[in-house]
Amino acid sequence: MAEKTGIEVSIAAADAVGMTNVDVVAAYPITPQTHIVEHLAELVASGELDAEYIPVESEHSAMSVCCGSSAAGARTFTCTSSQGLALMNEIVFLAASMSLPIVMMLANRSLSGPLSIWNDHSDVMSIRDSGCIQMFAENGQEVFDNTFFCFKVAENKKVSLPVILNMDGFSLSHMIEPIEYWTQEMVDAYLPDFEPVHRLHPDKPVTMGALGMPDVFTEAKKLQNETLINSKSVILDAWKEMGEVCGREYHPVETYKIEGAKVAFLSMGSMGEVVSLAVDALREKGEAVGQLKLRLWRPFPFEELAEAVKGLDQIIVLDRAISFGGPGGPVASEIRNALYHQDNMPFVTNYVCSLAGRDITANDFIKIYEESSSASEEMLKRNDYTIYGARE
Amino acid sequence: MEPLNIYASRLVNKQEYFTPGHKACQGCAEALAVRLVAKALGPNTVVASATGCMEVVSSAYPHTSWGVPWIHVAFENAAAVASGVEAGFKALVRKGKIPDQKTTILGMGGDGATADIGFQALSGALERGHDFVYVCYDNEAYMNTGIQRSSSTPYGASTTTSPAGKVKPGQLTWKKNMAAIAVAHEIPYVATACASYPMDLIEKVEKAAAMEGPAYVHILSVCPTGWRIPTKKAIWIGRLAVETGVFPLFEVVNGRYKLSFDQELRPVKEYLKPQGRFRHLTDEMIDTIQKRTNSDFEKLRIKAGAKT
Repeated sequence: MAEKTGIEVSIAAADAVGMTNVDVVAAYPITPQTHIVEHLAELVASGELDAEYIPVESEHSAMSVCCGSSAAGARTFTCTSSQGLALMNEIVFLAASMSLPIVMMLANRSLSGPLSIWNDHSDVMSIRDSGCIQMFAENGQEVFDNTFFCFKVAENKKVSLPVILNMDGFSLSHMIEPIEYWTQEMVDAYLPDFEPVHRLHPDKPVTMGALGMPDVFTEAKKLQNETLINSKSVILDAWKEMGEVCGREYHPVETYKIEGAKVAFLSMGSMGEVVSLAVDALREKGEAVGQLKLRLWRPFPFEELAEAVKGLDQIIVLDRAISFGGPGGPVASEIRNALYHQDNMPFVTNYVCSLAGRDITANDFIKIYEESSSASEEMLKRNDYTIYGARE
Repeated sequence: MEPLNIYASRLVNKQEYFTPGHKACQGCAEALAVRLVAKALGPNTVVASATGCMEVVSSAYPHTSWGVPWIHVAFENAAAVASGVEAGFKALVRKGKIPDQKTTILGMGGDGATADIGFQALSGALERGHDFVYVCYDNEAYMNTGIQRSSSTPYGASTTTSPAGKVKPGQLTWKKNMAAIAVAHEIPYVATACASYPMDLIEKVEKAAAMEGPAYVHILSVCPTGWRIPTKKAIWIGRLAVETGVFPLFEVVNGRYKLSFDQELRPVKEYLKPQGRFRHLTDEMIDTIQKRTNSDFEKLRIKAGAKT
């Protein structure tokens, strides 16, 4: 096994993409995604990576180029953030419905306005229902490892769907972290060559992106939904195999100090590491607190979640986005829904916090724990969600 | 031109790659143009189509009219999708993953998909220098959604969003000059064509495909439904568009203009009068159109090297 290297997560992410021997990269610059696409351009310029690098004129065209190259049978990658994702929104849905196995990294950043370049999850929530596989990484090693995983799952013939790897902008993408690189042999052993289900080629003409009249549309959508749901078995296998290759095995729902816990925090992305510090401190004080980390966002891991929350009285869901005029944070809303039919359903408390990169520390999570675990049930029920730390 | 056309038509590929059975309106000269372009390019072609009439009439699942590989993603991105297909082929060929068959990549869209909503994606693809052909099938309005005006709708035309009324006489802006905009990208080949001149169209599309780098072909595609003419008059109206100088046929090879049709122009009135969309035009407006047409044609002749 290789030694750990201290390296910026974005650079490591781009190196990982390069190690997949990707054929086409199409991207448009947007903060905080830039270091990833810049480094990929460097790898192409230096000859270390043999790929077509298409510096498109917009994110809409980035995803459109990706659709074309993926349909031609080329391994394809793009990367964006925030407004860029919003601009390509239309084509993200199309990539999924056309079964094009594009891999996209998102350096998550809040959606304007007001204009903000800092991190939260409001960008990716806008494509929640796009039909793409979506996962969150907590640290640089997870970004690096899961880059290979994303291509492996996307390109699996049983799946053939876009896969999105979320990493928090700046607070993860720009960190210098100790990362253990895979060797090229490990990558080659783990990730097979891309053999598309269908490709645009004159030897065997196919029509892609046909018009769907009402007599076939519902069936097409049902099939799309089933394909996404069924991708979970491929996802689980790919993570298991990764454990054999690099010794790190990932799961749809990760737990931390969950044994004997009555209350658990639940979050997605890099905030989980800070939450763990709070859990450690609270455990030291004798509180029965644990932690859940939702790694797989789509397909939603219903069974794994149900298993992980057994014995919990309360879940404190930490959301990084707001569903305006709706049920608060999108994650809490889904957790409530997922657990609705469960016997002894834990009470779900929702905190919307750390929007647009506002600092949040372990002490804040301790405060959140104290506030929500001491509140009466009646009070909690009246308060579906709290926007934490907002000045009045 | 006629006798040559009769002879030359025997040389045209008999195979159809845009096959009958599609759902285009009767008399659609755009479907004819698509068919001719497909013939000109032959089987070693991949097509990326924008949303629009030609996409809708040719691809309703489980039917397809396409005998060549064809992809449709969205309305405004045909040029971007085509550049992705081109990039994919280029990378796969270079890496030895597929053999080099010199496949032609074609991007296609209507005037709305080209001059309006897909303008940026087209400009980007032309600027980046992808080796592909882009064909705009220009029927001078959003016909698929019900004859709404586009930036390619000519001055005076009545459409459903530029209707002729008591105060406003239809479209008040002049047709966007997409061919000139394509030329401004300094690409190797730009041409205009019309299905009423099939041999000229085929020759230009073949030339476009043979060029290394981006090529742009702008095809006037007569729409009997939207232009409010009898279906049997589509070819005749297309000829009048050219013969009156309203839609000049020319090509620009590496920046050098060459007129494909340079005869004494017929009065624009002959082109305008038979069309319902111009029914309301006053003599004064027709005169304005005549002056503009003369002036534009003269500018074009000068670009093509005519003495002033």
